[in-house]
Amino acid sequence: MTTVPVEPGAELVPRRSPAAAARVAFGALLLRDLVVLRKTLKEFIPRTLLQPFLLVFVFTYVFPKIGQGVGGASGESEFSTILVAGVVALAIMFQGIQTVALPMVNEFGFTREIEDRVLAPLPIAMVAIQKAVWGSLASLLSALLVFPIAAVVPATPVHLDVSWPVLLTLTPLCCYMCGALGLFFGTRFDPRTVPLLFGIIVIPITFLGAIYYPWQALEPIRWLQILVLANPLVYMCEGFRAALTDSPHMSLWVVYPVLVAFSVLFTWQGIKGFTRRVVS
Amino acid sequence: MGPAVREWEPPVTDEVIRTEGLTKVYPGDIRAVDGLDLSVGRGEIFGLLGPNGAGKTTTAGMLTTRVVPTSGTACVGGIDVVAHPVAAKQVIGVVPQTNTLDRSLSVYENLYFHGRFFGMSARTAKAQAQRRLEQFRLSDRAAQPVMALSGGMAQRLMVARAIMHRPATVFLDEPTAGLDPQSRLALWEVLGELHREGQTILLTTHYMEEADALCDRLAIIDHGRLLALGTPEELKASTGADTIVTVQTRPDDLDRLTQVLGREVPGAQQALRVDPHVVVQVRGADRIVPQVFAAAERAGIDITDVSVAEPSLETVFINLTGKDLRE
Ligand SMILES: Nc1ncnc2c1ncn2[C@@H]1O[C@H](COP(=O)(O)OP(=O)(O)O)[C@@H](O)[C@H]1O
Ligand SMILES: [Mg+2]
Repeated sequence: MTTVPVEPGAELVPRRSPAAAARVAFGALLLRDLVVLRKTLKEFIPRTLLQPFLLVFVFTYVFPKIGQGVGGASGESEFSTILVAGVVALAIMFQGIQTVALPMVNEFGFTREIEDRVLAPLPIAMVAIQKAVWGSLASLLSALLVFPIAAVVPATPVHLDVSWPVLLTLTPLCCYMCGALGLFFGTRFDPRTVPLLFGIIVIPITFLGAIYYPWQALEPIRWLQILVLANPLVYMCEGFRAALTDSPHMSLWVVYPVLVAFSVLFTWQGIKGFTRRVVS
Repeated sequence: MGPAVREWEPPVTDEVIRTEGLTKVYPGDIRAVDGLDLSVGRGEIFGLLGPNGAGKTTTAGMLTTRVVPTSGTACVGGIDVVAHPVAAKQVIGVVPQTNTLDRSLSVYENLYFHGRFFGMSARTAKAQAQRRLEQFRLSDRAAQPVMALSGGMAQRLMVARAIMHRPATVFLDEPTAGLDPQSRLALWEVLGELHREGQTILLTTHYMEEADALCDRLAIIDHGRLLALGTPEELKASTGADTIVTVQTRPDDLDRLTQVLGREVPGAQQALRVDPHVVVQVRGADRIVPQVFAAAERAGIDITDVSVAEPSLETVFINLTGKDLRE
């Protein structure tokens, strides 16, 4: 039996309290993003997997096989182990930027779709935060997809030593930080300047992000070791090294507070940039 | 919908929109809206008529939480939109000047998710989306991406989306700008239908025909200021004229012709130079065209074209500003 739902009449008064309306709208915005993701899964999966796969494949399968192992003959296995953490961290960061920043640049730019999202019954800051949260969910998904690759593809054994408490707290934190980073970038670039985002910002972040080596190993190049401390990816890689392996890593007493601080910074600046672009 | 729980104290009013001294000064000291006082009652179609740059979009923006007023107040359904934007957003629907449909979603999904954003259950959103698609004759497009819609259909979908959640009032910013005449008429019909359903509508336009055809009342604005307010009939009657004669001559003769016609045409209330024409507002004179020719001939001025019409909102605007709305 089907009953026709009662049609709400035009009302002068809001149906819900602002808090309740905002909660519902926030959830519905996430649902919308999920449906769009499901529609674009055919693009999402290769986009997510290809880069990490190539990275792992070339460095930990091809190189050892052709006798050009990174880290010396005895260090090959160690290198695969170091790279696991870096690959997972990199996948999270790429996903955060791709999921949040790139669509947002378009929506602010020529499509103006954002204008309608902003009219949904929730505070503008929450519209912005919803994007960061969505980015973190997508990042989480890509971490789950990528981890098996980093653990299985290498020709030399990967020594995993999972610390569950660290993994289960660090992963959401990293995912959120990258979603917020995507929000921040999305509000600071426009369609004309967005190629710079990758050319000038993302490339240095990834090359100097402690993906291929532990941060401590930079000791001989002291200035670089200090410089890369500005790079959030360093803390993510070091954190995942602690969570997944027994390789040497930066102290977690540094990793967690810095990741929290970056999250707060990007959220704050992201909301500020977002608001400035939709309210005049 | 689930049971509506009102945790929030609803204000009681039949005045849907109210602004008092509403002002927006953009950086660079651009006074886009300057001390606007408006009041729109339930069920009205209210028009903001003015030329480009008059401040229409800015006014609509302030009423819909997109633009922060520099001073003054703006209320919708008694809710101060600046102080309580989330409460206000629940009772407004907006059709902006540009196409803001969600390009990642289909036609149907645009409506469905809009309903969800505004708190409808999945079932209600589905039923309402289908109902609106039918009402706006978009059912056969339901599964298409919105990119596939023509301008007129996209505009209808934006209107359907704006009223999905049964807002107390809908704001339409230049809803027919850029539409072909046929789509424009179709949209007028849609708005007329919503009006008959009792929907309160505020629309901005720079087409006087549109304001005249659709609006119960309208405000004529220019440079952010309210110049006149009333029903189209009241505004037209306020000119005092019953016939408008538009005369064309050589540019050099415009000034002289203006003087001559204002002085010599019987019943002429005033003659204004509105390039490239002279506009003469006449009351109670018959056989006006020969009189105009005669007056011009006595002054030795050649007339190249004459047309006669009833007073329009154009006339009102010309009287108020000395310039043409179309410019
Ligand atoms: N974001 C803005 N920043 C600065 N000036 C603006 C902005 N938006 C509109 N204006 C100016 O304010 C005035 C009114 O614009 P607008 O409200 O768009 O008028 P309309 O919609 O009637 O064409 C114009 O002079 C316009 O240039
Ligand atoms: Mg405008």
